[in-house]
Amino acid sequence: MATTTKKDPVFVVVQLSGGNDFMNTVIPYTNPLYYDNRTFLNIPEEDVLPLDSTLGWHPEMGPFKELYDRGMVAIVQGIGYPDSNRSHFRGMDIWHTCTPDEVSTIGWLGNTIEQLDPTGENPLTGINFGVGLPKAMTKAGVPVTSVSNLDNYGLMSGITAEDQKDEALQIFKNMYGQAVGTGPVMDYLSRTGNDVLTGADIIKVAPERYESTVEYADSPIGKSLRDVARVHTADLGTRIFYTQQGGYDTHANQLPTQPGLFKDLARAVNDFFADLEEHDADDNVIMLIFSEFGRRIADNGSGTDHGSGGGAFLVGKPVDGGLYCEYPSLERDRWAKGEDLEHTIDYRGIYGTVLEQWLGLEAAPIVQGTFEQINPFKTN
Amino acid sequence: MGSNDLALKAHLLRRAGFGASRGELEEIAKNGYEEIVEDLIHPERFEDLDEDYIRRYNPELSYHDGFQNHAGRWIWRMINTKRPLEEKMALFWHHVFATAYYKSEHVPTLIAQIETFRNNGLSNIKKVLNDLAKDPAMNYWLDNCENHSDQPNENWGRELLELFSMGVGNYSEDDIKNASRAFTGWTFEQPHPLYPFGHFASSFIFDEDDHDGSEKTFLGKTGNFNGEDIVEIICEQPATAKFICRHLYTFFVEDEPQVHTWSIEEPRNPEAIDEMIKVFMETDGDIRSILRFVFNSDFFKDAWYKKVKNPTELVAGTIKLTGMYDVIPKEGEALGTLYGSASVMGQALMNPPTVEGWHTGSEWIDGGTLNERVNFAVNQFDDVSTPGFKDILSRLGDQVKSDDLVGRCLDLIGPIEVGNETHAALSSYADAVGDLDLSTDQARTENAVKIARMIQLIVSTREYQFA
Repeated sequence: MATTTKKDPVFVVVQLSGGNDFMNTVIPYTNPLYYDNRTFLNIPEEDVLPLDSTLGWHPEMGPFKELYDRGMVAIVQGIGYPDSNRSHFRGMDIWHTCTPDEVSTIGWLGNTIEQLDPTGENPLTGINFGVGLPKAMTKAGVPVTSVSNLDNYGLMSGITAEDQKDEALQIFKNMYGQAVGTGPVMDYLSRTGNDVLTGADIIKVAPERYESTVEYADSPIGKSLRDVARVHTADLGTRIFYTQQGGYDTHANQLPTQPGLFKDLARAVNDFFADLEEHDADDNVIMLIFSEFGRRIADNGSGTDHGSGGGAFLVGKPVDGGLYCEYPSLERDRWAKGEDLEHTIDYRGIYGTVLEQWLGLEAAPIVQGTFEQINPFKTN
Repeated sequence: MGSNDLALKAHLLRRAGFGASRGELEEIAKNGYEEIVEDLIHPERFEDLDEDYIRRYNPELSYHDGFQNHAGRWIWRMINTKRPLEEKMALFWHHVFATAYYKSEHVPTLIAQIETFRNNGLSNIKKVLNDLAKDPAMNYWLDNCENHSDQPNENWGRELLELFSMGVGNYSEDDIKNASRAFTGWTFEQPHPLYPFGHFASSFIFDEDDHDGSEKTFLGKTGNFNGEDIVEIICEQPATAKFICRHLYTFFVEDEPQVHTWSIEEPRNPEAIDEMIKVFMETDGDIRSILRFVFNSDFFKDAWYKKVKNPTELVAGTIKLTGMYDVIPKEGEALGTLYGSASVMGQALMNPPTVEGWHTGSEWIDGGTLNERVNFAVNQFDDVSTPGFKDILSRLGDQVKSDDLVGRCLDLIGPIEVGNETHAALSSYADAVGDLDLSTDQARTENAVKIARMIQLIVSTREYQFA
């Protein structure tokens, strides 16, 4: 089906939970200081997949490098924020809410979804794939959908007789009714119940419509990104997709752990974009891959402890691939807190870049301030 | 004995345990409320579960290649135990000291940790924290085995303070570093290899050669501290009393804001927390005493619809109502499905997402998890031949008037109360089915499905999502 109207921009977020070690993702493989500080946990120069004369990919990032070589990956070096918080929870919270100085209950994508769909008309404007909604997507009054199993999403799915199921759903709708003023949690349950009814009604076409020759590798992140592709290609008006891959908290045993994660991630992202390309649905999609912090410059003999600056990636056909911002210096006098990579770009500037240059929204109210942006999109 | 009295006792059993079938409730309710509390906080008064049957019918429990069956066995225990608070405390400490399978992939050690919580859960905070510090599953989870005298690893030291005892804002980064040094050399014996004898749990060892015995300053005190000294100092802190009491309050009484906000979010009920802290300080952190105080307090008795069921409570509580997973499980039932049901609702027992554990309260609920909760509960009452449903049916007598159907069913699966809107929607269904004849086998068979549908609607309600 040919379409002439410009498609709405879509934004996919992949969260690497636990604090990914950026130094062993995009590796300064010719810098002697890297080997000095990573006496145990270094990737030998001959194993690195070079991207230029100073930096190279982790050996398991091959399928990701392939996207980079096709000009689809912007590497955001040194992403972080001042006085980085080393707690996972607080750290992740800060990324989710854009408020490093105070605890907030409003997610930046919750705000974004509200801007994209002010009346909350389509509960599928924002969808999380996985169990549990990330705080980034929460804002009171903003409906979002969270799907753990796309193939069996919907209430009363165990009642097989269609007329009885419809009757039960109608009573459910009445029970979850308007319920104003019975307390915030009761109200929240009402709203969520109604959103599930509406969302399930729309989303059920996605698995039915989807066909693809791309076979995703069998991994949790692969399954999640396939679900994103199935819903995106069904054209249900979803603008924000969110999913995550866990396991990056590599205090110990980083050497055997990180490669498996990268292998799954790189394959899944590559499969995802191949799938979109096959469906001619990749013109309007970009992906942000981030983690809540980087890790320490020096290893601890087995893994790496929580650090500050790290790196993020913007991926997609509209992305103007290459290196952005400055790789944090490994010189000791530039270390943050005396032991971490410093940050060279504020994450709120990258959010702002996506909000203004990709989604066409005003960034300042969402990221709570004005931060330096980059220009990572093709200009045609 | 009025029905309010029964409802209050049902509330107690839902919070201090995993609810009760009607038969069980009526049996327990022969005792007075305070007596029931004493029985709950003294699990040793009741016989422990005999696991011979469950092992015989689930031979996979003898293998340790996946944790799911063992997590399912834990839920089976919650359903069948005569010591509900013992299992509830194990779940409580698992919430606070969240340790996940995904890192160690070592099942016997994780099972041993839960068993430790079962055994010490109602003791005092010092014992609980000392046992925890020596627990091999925790030791590996937070890398204390990599915490060496010449190369400290501060993961355990940090989380001990931030997540397990005092909470953010009550100590400095230096305190973390010093606490970590005090725990150097606290490690575990290398477990036996898997082959040929199978998996065995590891055990704690103190490696004096790897211990940093030099002077440390921790929370204003200076000395050549070892780990026990750190725990001792932690247990004296008012911050610890407050932090643990808030945890108990949010788990047993009323959902508090998420744990990581506690440094800035005051308790929902500061007076209740203050009273709990008083008991904590008077008893040196005796958990049993604090819970006795809580369960007998007015704030507990009044705490209706203030706590969203965690998925484990929803699964175990619903199955208690159907009477499935009795001591001898039915043919073809895999314990792992109990685990799986709670897992898709957002609570993978023995495999929490991070060391922070689960976000609770309304954060259990989103579109996806509400969908799973409702569908799970509905599906449990799809089968009209379960012992629990048959019991409900027989208690309804020979006939149910349409006007009585909602009230009778709400009473028999709780008693629970519902709001007007819910009641009206349920009544519309009762009106549609009319008076139900249950006087003959044939009539009962015909009408059972209609009553089961009423129960299905009740367990779909917003009200049922609350503990």
